[in-house]
Amino acid sequence: MTGSRGLRSWLTTTDHKRIGLLYFYTAFAFFLVGGLEALLIRAQLARPNGTVVGAETYNQLFTMHGTTMVFLALMPLSAAFFNYIVPLQIGARDVAFPRLNAFSYWVFLLGGLFLNASWIAGPVFRAGVLNVAPDAGWFGYANLTERQYSPGPNVDFWMLGLQILGVSSLAAGFNFIVTILNLRAPGMKMMRLPTFTWMTLVTQFLVITAFPVITVALVFLMFDRFFGAHFYVPQAGATPLLWQHLFWLFGHPEVYILILPAMGIVSEVLPTFSRKPLFGYTVVVYSGVLIGFMGWGVWSHHMFSVGLGPIADSVFSATTMLIAVPTGVKIFNWIATLWGGTIRGTTALHFAVGFIAMFIIGGLSGVTHASPPADLQQTDTYYVVAHIHYVLFGGTIFGLFAGIYYWWPKMTGRLLSEALGKLHFWLTFIGMNLAFFPMHLIGLLGMPRRIYTYAPDLGVSSLNLVSTIGALLIGVATLVFVVNLWRTRSHGAPAPNDPWGGATLEWAIPSPPPPYNFSVIPTVASRLPRWKTEHHDPMPDPPAAPPAPVHVPGGSWWPPVAALGLPVLALALLTHHLWLAFLGVAIMLYGIYRWAFEPFEI
Amino acid sequence: MPEAGEHAHPTVGTYLRVAAILVILTVLEVGVFYVPAFHVVLVPTLLALSAVKFALVVLFYMHLRMDSRFFSFLFGGPFLLAVVVLVALLFLFFGHFTLRGAAGGGGAGG
Amino acid sequence: MTHAAAAHHTSMGLDSRKMAFWAFIGSECLLFGSLISTYLIYKGKSVVGPYPHDILNIPFTSVSTFDLLMSSLMMVLALAAVQRGDLKWAKIWLFATAFLGILFLGGQVYEFTSFVREGLTLQTNLFGCTFFVLTGTHGAHVTVGVLWLLTLWVRALQGKLGPAQALTVEISGLYWHFVDVVWIVIFTLVYLIQ
Repeated sequence: MTGSRGLRSWLTTTDHKRIGLLYFYTAFAFFLVGGLEALLIRAQLARPNGTVVGAETYNQLFTMHGTTMVFLALMPLSAAFFNYIVPLQIGARDVAFPRLNAFSYWVFLLGGLFLNASWIAGPVFRAGVLNVAPDAGWFGYANLTERQYSPGPNVDFWMLGLQILGVSSLAAGFNFIVTILNLRAPGMKMMRLPTFTWMTLVTQFLVITAFPVITVALVFLMFDRFFGAHFYVPQAGATPLLWQHLFWLFGHPEVYILILPAMGIVSEVLPTFSRKPLFGYTVVVYSGVLIGFMGWGVWSHHMFSVGLGPIADSVFSATTMLIAVPTGVKIFNWIATLWGGTIRGTTALHFAVGFIAMFIIGGLSGVTHASPPADLQQTDTYYVVAHIHYVLFGGTIFGLFAGIYYWWPKMTGRLLSEALGKLHFWLTFIGMNLAFFPMHLIGLLGMPRRIYTYAPDLGVSSLNLVSTIGALLIGVATLVFVVNLWRTRSHGAPAPNDPWGGATLEWAIPSPPPPYNFSVIPTVASRLPRWKTEHHDPMPDPPAAPPAPVHVPGGSWWPPVAALGLPVLALALLTHHLWLAFLGVAIMLYGIYRWAFEPFEI
Repeated sequence: MPEAGEHAHPTVGTYLRVAAILVILTVLEVGVFYVPAFHVVLVPTLLALSAVKFALVVLFYMHLRMDSRFFSFLFGGPFLLAVVVLVALLFLFFGHFTLRGAAGGGGAGG
Repeated sequence: MTHAAAAHHTSMGLDSRKMAFWAFIGSECLLFGSLISTYLIYKGKSVVGPYPHDILNIPFTSVSTFDLLMSSLMMVLALAAVQRGDLKWAKIWLFATAFLGILFLGGQVYEFTSFVREGLTLQTNLFGCTFFVLTGTHGAHVTVGVLWLLTLWVRALQGKLGPAQALTVEISGLYWHFVDVVWIVIFTLVYLIQ
């Protein structure tokens, strides 16, 4: 299978590098879709009493924007790096379960397509196009999501789509936990793992513990909507607060699922471009682990306005303020890494430093919501929208772009243009601050979020216009990035093994790496194997060709087949066809059995 | 090939003894349920009995007693998390006699 | 496939599949934890009957519980037989485990239908919602386990379940016992503590 090409080889691939690229391109396409939705929202809000879209379309736009960005863009863009980079950083030939990895990708793709099919599926349900996309917010608060209040298939698409995507994340979670723990090269002790790999490990533990909770919450909703149960129906004695608790029990760990990988990337980029080891590696790792633990103890701060009572409010307020401590520790470590270093101002470093600055702003506004009385003023206003965009755009997206500029040469063998990259960075940086900073003021002046328009006498018209201009600038910046990617395919400078002088194992092998990654599995003697340290000389690079043929597992059809069963099953629930349900289960079982009995040497 | 950290499994004799204890405990559970004298301490007794049964199956039938301690961590960590979440949710939902009740009492006293 | 995986060098000296499976069981703890939490949160919140004490059949469920416990014993005996290469007893114990699993499911079908006859459905009240979804999810897990065990049994009939496959049997056993301990918890929290 070595070096095989063509559609078939991509459909059946089990190579973590190809799956990583598939994740990247798919997630980036969804990122563009989510961005387009954001631009439409901003166009509508550019002026008071806007008429670009109606209220119903607007509801669908902000719901799909949030859902797409969280589940179809940010998480899978991180997954692209988990896939491509983690096995290289630990000196492995692939992940622990290559076919399960392929399964995760295909489930993600099909789940994303299922969710987005709602944009055009209107006619199937005797409704207009742009009528049946999810419209109850990315958090889908009960009991708005009940059949009584959302009679159409909109919420069904959302609820089923998220359940499909959950399967993908869980499967990847088990896979990467085992990969990182069990497939490390000789000498790669846990405290020698690169920081990105460490943060990936913490993230996967959060995934496997948090996703079951939202699965259960969604199953309840499914029973309410399809089978007439009353899990969230107050008339039956139920409380819609159950949904809020289950959703945020998942939702807050999810926030760290989104940010920890970006923190890991920044912790790789800063040392390389300061030519200095990460300041306080151990502390950065432990604070990441601590964030993972504490991320489970703060969920109710999303619910202060519910009226949980003074003791619950105080407890969750305190834990929320506490979680800022390990986060702050990381920020000081990053700044100290730059301090006194030999700094090279590459695009990757620009994004990494931008990450630190923007994340500090987002983190500080986050601490302001930790106080319940302040939060009551901020809840459901644009202030919160400003906060999440500073942490998820200024934080996660900046971190991911740092990773893209840093690892793109490794993944494709070509260097992205630094000139276009800097232009991309500055446009994004200015655009995001123009777009999101005014939202702090818009929110404090009293403009609620998720309302499709506002009156001129609210006094937020010019601030909203500034925000829209900022959003357009981000759009232009993203176009510059797309041009850069496109141009690099043919015009990018060829990348050597190690264009940046990195310390970690992925830079010891060709760009892009051969299917078997390492001709000889390296033996690791220090935390910075490719750098000269006090006690260690740099590790010699593995030979260009393997001394003996290396076994590379071939592809398999069965992961995509098994994955196909899930959307068919979801379609059965959506359209109420029992035979489709049997078909879905049959496809899945067939795929799983063929998979289990297929000869597949890893 | 036995690998480091994985030890021999229990013998059939151990399996049978554990099964006998499990059966006795189940009989006790149902018995306690039907004896009125126990009703004062029914909940703690039943919780304790089921915890012992749970532990026996996990330790002996799932081999955690003999197997690598890392597996105990992989299971025990999320298990404890689930228990903590359950207890926290019960506190939050039955606030009228726990969290909010305590606060209300404090307010009345002050 | 099994020995290939077992013979691979791993950093922790632990088999990768077993490690992944323990992580999966950890994840399942949160799944059942959320379901059980919901059952307890909604306990006593139903506005109409039937209520748990009207309808739960303790003698019948005690037998089901005993049945599932015995299936766990059959499972460990099956594993011991596979490990010592005793194909004959492996077949017997695997089939016995699956059979007791099917019996449990049959009991659940009987229980559900008799509840529906007595007026408790998913739509009736919160007890119905939480009870059917919690025990139904457990039943779905038992169903998957039965399919898995029957697959192993067929492999044993084909003579393809030797000591080299002991790990595969051990992992299916982990799943089966986990489903059993979940039932231990459900039996106490749902049936006995009313």
